[in-house]
Amino acid sequence: MLEAIVQGVLLGGYYAVLAAGLSLMFGVVRFINLAHGDMAVLGAMIALWFVQGAGLHVAIAIALTLPLMGALGWLMQRMIFERALQGGFLIPILTTIGLGAALQNGMFGLFGSDTKSLGAYIGNLSWASWEIPGGIFIGQLPGYMFLTAILVLGAVHVLLTRTAFGRAVRATATDSEAAALCGVDARRVHRGAAAIAVALAGLAGIFLAMRAQVTPFAGPMLLIFAFEAVVIGGIGSLRGTLIGGIALGLAQSLGAMISPQFSLLAGHCVFLAVLAYRLMSGAAAGRGGWRATISALFFHKSMLRGKS
Amino acid sequence: MTAALELNQIVGRHGQLQAIKGMTLRIDKGEVAAIIGANGAGKTTLMRMIAGLHPCAEGSIALFGSDVTAMPAHGRLKAGIALSPEGRRLFGDMTVQENLMIAAENGRRGDWNLASVCDAFSQITPLLARPAGGLSGGQRQAVAIARALIANPDVLLLDEVSLGLSPVAVDGVYQSLETLRGAMTMILVEQDLTRAMKFAGRVICMAEGVLELDGAPKDLTRAQITDAYFGIHKTADTAAGGAAHA
Repeated sequence: MLEAIVQGVLLGGYYAVLAAGLSLMFGVVRFINLAHGDMAVLGAMIALWFVQGAGLHVAIAIALTLPLMGALGWLMQRMIFERALQGGFLIPILTTIGLGAALQNGMFGLFGSDTKSLGAYIGNLSWASWEIPGGIFIGQLPGYMFLTAILVLGAVHVLLTRTAFGRAVRATATDSEAAALCGVDARRVHRGAAAIAVALAGLAGIFLAMRAQVTPFAGPMLLIFAFEAVVIGGIGSLRGTLIGGIALGLAQSLGAMISPQFSLLAGHCVFLAVLAYRLMSGAAAGRGGWRATISALFFHKSMLRGKS
Repeated sequence: MTAALELNQIVGRHGQLQAIKGMTLRIDKGEVAAIIGANGAGKTTLMRMIAGLHPCAEGSIALFGSDVTAMPAHGRLKAGIALSPEGRRLFGDMTVQENLMIAAENGRRGDWNLASVCDAFSQITPLLARPAGGLSGGQRQAVAIARALIANPDVLLLDEVSLGLSPVAVDGVYQSLETLRGAMTMILVEQDLTRAMKFAGRVICMAEGVLELDGAPKDLTRAQITDAYFGIHKTADTAAGGAAHA
């Protein structure tokens, strides 16, 4: 049990990095990027190409991939997302669905359909572990990933709260017109946020390629995990995203104790429970609180019974 | 006198509705002008057009002779036009200091900085670390004006200075504004006629998107202003014209 909790928390770090970009894009640009999972896979594929194709060390591959993904995010915001946002609510959704399909098929064409992994290029990190008191083994790779996730999310948090760019991002997210009155160019801020978001997606993709295998069509599943972590933790908050990622990781890890098939389902169940609670608490607030809502529900049912 | 701001036949629309109907106006450097008018006269739309938040459908806007008509709002702040908007529009989750720093970081360099705006608006100093969302109306207005000021504008636009404020808070805001007189060009939208006439060196009255009356408060009678404010001349003229036509 304790081991499952530890593994779940460590897995949560990976989910938090995966979800942070999605949350940032929605919080700042008000844009749901349905190609987010495919961008994570693209990050993994680029890093894999640097390692397998160009023969570079994994660390160098990561150092090259992340700025490349950031530049890609900036360009996509500049060339695609900005224009899509002008078309109302539906156009960005359709655009990112199309972009996701194009990325999947593009990667299939370029890299093939074989499953790929960075596991073979990181030495014994894939299986090495630490033993902590209580006879619990912690995998070194999940441990390092969790630490990296905390550091990266911490760095993004510092960027958003302690720098001029971060203040501009938060101001634009709150009220882009008022931000413009303060001299903030919302388009530039949106491009910066998109660059960070896509770089984070790329990092999550690299994490995935290290701990498991990737295929060009893995993106939609990653998007679901990212969505779940964002919804559980609350949109637009990095701390919430970390908590959401850990909650999702814990649910999957504890679910796997019941049955290996129940692992993913447990994560989905937690997501649905949180979503239902959020929706119902909104409705309850409008009806005078939970007690009044439940009374009204029972009263309504008894009325129906009376009629029948 | 140098013209700080020149509006030439500007037209502003809200969909099919023409809110500003070909308005021409010149504001000189250092002038303090109050724009008055009934609700729906187009005052706020005019301010938003000058600040770059509302597009100019026709005509042009020039700042010290340079055409800024096509310039976006963030560019106009850097060019020297700052607006303290209706409703204050502070970033509620951010502290007062952060609200001020955003405008300082993205505005122009000059004499106005955190220390000098806190001197001009003394009520801000103890609030710097507080979230802007929890401030009173008067405090919010002071921060909104300070935020516009810290960008070191040449032209300061103040929309609905006293709206929703207690008389004591309005006194405080106007006392602080008094210290800015002569330092920059100010255009304020004010519902309180007495306050506008007392503070401004020029009163501009708008009705239904057009300029009805323009002059120094000392040269205008109360009846003239009241007539222009409610568009009584126009209504009378229209009625007379209609009768003559019939």
